[in-house]
Amino acid sequence: MEDAIKITVETPDGERVVLEAPTDMGLSVMEVMKANELNVPAICGGMAICATCHVEVLASGDLPEMNDDEAFMIESLPHATEMSRLSCQLRITPELDGLVVRLMPEA
Amino acid sequence: MITTDICIVGAGPVGLFAVFEAGLLKMRCHVIDALPIVGGQLAEIYPKKPIYDIPGFPSILAGDLVDNLMKQIEPFHPTFTLGERVEHLHKQEDGSFVVETSEGTEVACKVVVIAGGLGSFEPRKPAIDNLETFEGKGVNYMVRDPETFRNKRVVIAGGGDSALDWTIFLAGVAEDLTLVHRGTTFRGAPESAQKVVSMAEEGHIKLLLKSNVTNVHGNGKLNAVTVLVDNDTPHEIETDYFIPLFGLVPKLGPIENWGLELDKSAIAVNTFDYSTNVPGVYAIGDINTYPGKLKLILCGFHEAALMAQSAYNIIYPDKKFVLKYTTVNGIQEL
Repeated sequence: MEDAIKITVETPDGERVVLEAPTDMGLSVMEVMKANELNVPAICGGMAICATCHVEVLASGDLPEMNDDEAFMIESLPHATEMSRLSCQLRITPELDGLVVRLMPEA
Repeated sequence: MITTDICIVGAGPVGLFAVFEAGLLKMRCHVIDALPIVGGQLAEIYPKKPIYDIPGFPSILAGDLVDNLMKQIEPFHPTFTLGERVEHLHKQEDGSFVVETSEGTEVACKVVVIAGGLGSFEPRKPAIDNLETFEGKGVNYMVRDPETFRNKRVVIAGGGDSALDWTIFLAGVAEDLTLVHRGTTFRGAPESAQKVVSMAEEGHIKLLLKSNVTNVHGNGKLNAVTVLVDNDTPHEIETDYFIPLFGLVPKLGPIENWGLELDKSAIAVNTFDYSTNVPGVYAIGDINTYPGKLKLILCGFHEAALMAQSAYNIIYPDKKFVLKYTTVNGIQEL
């Protein structure tokens, strides 16, 4: 696929899945995971209010900075780590090629 | 006891528009919502955000859409119970229902329409073994009555605004207070964060940063928690109460136990009329699921219209449903 990047998702049982994600559709990592039928509840649909798309970034290039909504939400999560992100807030761009994330247990 | 034709669970845009569709067919509605205001997430979460996909509105603020819907349903005089969560659905012998709320309010109705959106917001629970064993026995996820904690030992966990605010408040009530926070800084209101830090410096409270509560202990009642500070050796803190404050997460809540067929915590419906597997109970809007489901307000509006024509057959079993256009008939007040 042209204009597509690869991201790797580690599921809670440790399995790794490589997903191809188009960069020209304004998708988020959460949306790409859902489209590939990974078990991501993402109840709120991408508004950074439920944290049911919480991931830990295991490898990446430069990631976009967190906005306040995302930062506040991650602050409030009991199991967040230094590398926690809400996958709904990570837009698929060429810079994200090679991203590796781990799905965190549902909040 | 409140008596009505249709009891709508959820006062979001879809629940409100269901009042309109029902009203056109002369069916009265009572609406219940766990939030103290109408509008659901539009009012609570993003009232100032523009929505671009409501037909006929190039752009409309979420809060304005709610105001407009309230105006639109005015002629049908719906009644509301706000700030109460639905708990029980009691099926009656004659096929009707009584819906009961957390505060004991009862609504007798012939049809129940669940338009619950994301569900109701419930406290997020940290994954600690046995935590649930101590719920109500020393573990509280919210502070209902601060007096409960007077002269008691309290451990609060969390780093958000509510953790900060309750730490400040309960410091003057509890005998001994410890705040356990995963991070090293607080993003909450700077004044509150400052206050908590200085209270710790002055010895009014204990502040444990880079720390997590990893275990709870007790014998029938909580008496200690284990805290891991900066990945050092875990140690126990004796306490009467543990209050984890990690924000809220939307959950289906008690509706989960109503005997409805669920699919990944959404309610499965028949797209013919958005009925559930329980006759007389419908689910519309974001809370339902079916092949091809899109969680869009406009889809919820469509679902409300189809639900209403089906509910009509239950409420007026002897009358034949006839589709009426508002352009022809206008709006007849109820």
